Amino acid sequence: MSDLTQYPIHKLQKLLSAKEITSVELTRAYLEKIDRADPKIKAYITVTPDEALKQAEKADKRIQAGEAGPLTGIPLGIKDNMCLKGVRTTCASKILENFVPPYTATVLQKLEEQGAIFLGKLNLDEFAMGSSTENSAFFPTHNPYNLDHIPGGSSGGSAAATAACLCAGSLGSDTGGSIRQPASHCGVVGMKPTYGRVSRFGLVAFASSLDQIGPITKDVTDCAIMLQAISGYDNRDSTSVDMEVPDYQASLSTDLSGMTIGLPKEYFGKGLSEEVEKGIQNAIGILEQQGAKIVEVSVPHTQYAIACYYIIAPAEASSNLARYDGVKYGFRAKDYSNLLEMYKKTRSEGFGPEVKRRIMIGTYCLSSGYYDAYYKKASQVRTLITNDFKDAFKKCDVMATPVAPTPAFKIGEKTDDPLQMYLSDIFTISTNLAGVPGLSVPCALSSSGLPIGIQFMAPHFKEERTLKAAYALEQALGNFKEWPQF
Amino acid sequence: MKITRAEVEHVADLARLHFTEDELDGFTTQLNEILSYVAQLEGVDTGDIEPSTHAIHMANAFREDEVKPSLSPKEALANAPEKEDEAFFVVPKII
Repeated sequence: MSDLTQYPIHKLQKLLSAKEITSVELTRAYLEKIDRADPKIKAYITVTPDEALKQAEKADKRIQAGEAGPLTGIPLGIKDNMCLKGVRTTCASKILENFVPPYTATVLQKLEEQGAIFLGKLNLDEFAMGSSTENSAFFPTHNPYNLDHIPGGSSGGSAAATAACLCAGSLGSDTGGSIRQPASHCGVVGMKPTYGRVSRFGLVAFASSLDQIGPITKDVTDCAIMLQAISGYDNRDSTSVDMEVPDYQASLSTDLSGMTIGLPKEYFGKGLSEEVEKGIQNAIGILEQQGAKIVEVSVPHTQYAIACYYIIAPAEASSNLARYDGVKYGFRAKDYSNLLEMYKKTRSEGFGPEVKRRIMIGTYCLSSGYYDAYYKKASQVRTLITNDFKDAFKKCDVMATPVAPTPAFKIGEKTDDPLQMYLSDIFTISTNLAGVPGLSVPCALSSSGLPIGIQFMAPHFKEERTLKAAYALEQALGNFKEWPQF
Repeated sequence: MKITRAEVEHVADLARLHFTEDELDGFTTQLNEILSYVAQLEGVDTGDIEPSTHAIHMANAFREDEVKPSLSPKEALANAPEKEDEAFFVVPKII
C-alpha cells in the first residue's frame, strides 16, 4: 500500500471502516514518520507514542463494533496551547515548560470522545505571539516545502506537521491569522471559525476577544469534518454561542451558481507580491467558471486594522499574562529577597522577547492617562472595521482575498524588526477584529515552489459558505502540488 | 507621543518585568516605532462610535449558582513551584 500518511482524513476513514487498515497500524506509520522526519521539520514539542497507541487500540475496538465516527482512529496533532490532562502543555514558553494540566480543553475532549488519536503537541510562537514560529522558546519549525523558510505562525507546528504528513490533521488557534497564514505558507487548509463557534475552554488565553480555535487539514473535506467535530456551545466558555451547527460536509459543492464573491479592493494594492496576486487572480477566474458572480466591494478601514490590532491584542495579553507570577503554576525564578523581586525575576526569566514586548505595549496602552488615547480609540476603530464587513456582506456572500502578502519568508529574515513582522498580518487580522470566519486554501505555487493560499471570509456563523467556495476551487485545481517527501 | 526611557522603566515596573540597561534602550526604540505606527489611529474620526469590546454582540451569560465538582486541592496544587502539605501555595513573606 502507498504511504498512508499522505491520505486525507476522509480517505483514511474509508480504509479504517473497510478494515483494510487498523488505527494501530496507521498510528505506528505516523509515529515512525515523526521519528524519521521531525528532526528536520521540528514541528512537535512533545510526542506521546504510548498514549497514542493506547487510544488507537480503543479506536480499533470501536471500529470493530461498528461504532465509529468520522474521526475514530484518526491520528491528529494539537497546538501546544491547548490543555490535555496529564500531558505537558508548554505554549512554547519557558514559563510553562513543565506545566502538566489537570484538565482537558473542551475541543480535545470532543475529539477524544469521537475516538480521535493524539500524536502529540505542536510547536508555536511563544503564547501564540508571532507570525513565523521563530518565537518558540525551544526551537523554530521549518517549512516542509523548503526547510530554509518559516512555516508561518503562530500555528507553524500544526501547519508544518499537517503538510509534512506527521499527522492526519491538526488543531491550531488564530488571534490575528495564526491558523490561516501558516496554512497558506505550508500548502494546507486552515479555518478560523466565527468567534463563539468553538469553545475555548482549556485554550491558554492570549487575547480573549480575538482568540479562536480551528482545524488545519490536508483538504477542504477534512476541514469540514474537523470543524463539525469541535463546534458547538460549551457552558464552560461563556463566549461560546448557543446556535445550531449546520452539516458542513453537506455544504460542499462544485457548483457556485447563485454565489456572489466580493473582492475587497483594499486587499489588492500596495505590498502584495506579484506572485501572490497572480495566484489569487487565477483562482478567482476559476471561481467564476464554477458559476460564482464576482463583484468589487470595499472595506475602507482596512488600513487601520494592524494599528487597531496591535493595541487591542497586546492590551488583552498584558492582562491575561498577569497570571504568570511564579506562585500557582509554571516556572519560578531562584534567588529573590522579596515577593516583588520574585515576580519580576520569574517573569523576566520566563518570558521571551516578543511576549515581553507585547506585555509592555499592552501595559502602556492601558496605563493611567493613555487608556482613552489607545485602547478606547482602537476599540472604536474596531467597530468601524466590523461595520465595514457588515456593509460589504450586503453586496456579496463571501469575500476572497490574499492570506499573506508574500510566500513564506526565510528563517531569520524578519526577526530583528518586530514592526515589519506585524505588517505581514495585514490580510488576516480584520476577520479576528470583526469576529467573522476565514478560511485559507492552497491556490498556487510560487516560482520557487512555495505554496500560496487564498482566503475566503463570510458573515458571522456562515462557515459553510467559505467551505463551499474553497471546495469548488480545490476540486477545479486538482492536484497541482504534491506533499513534500520525507 | 514619544515614550521616554523613564516611562519604559515605569511601565516595566507596572508589568512586573525587569530589564537590563541594554534591554531598556532596545525596548524604548522598538516601543517608539510601534507606538508611532499605531498613532495613525488619531487620524480616524471616531466621534460617537461605540467601542467594541467583543467580536460579536453578547449579553451577560448568566448561569445558576450551583455546587459542581471541581479540582481537588491536590490537583490544584500539582503544578505549584512551591507548596506545603498539599494544601497551601508557598510565597515569600509579605508582611
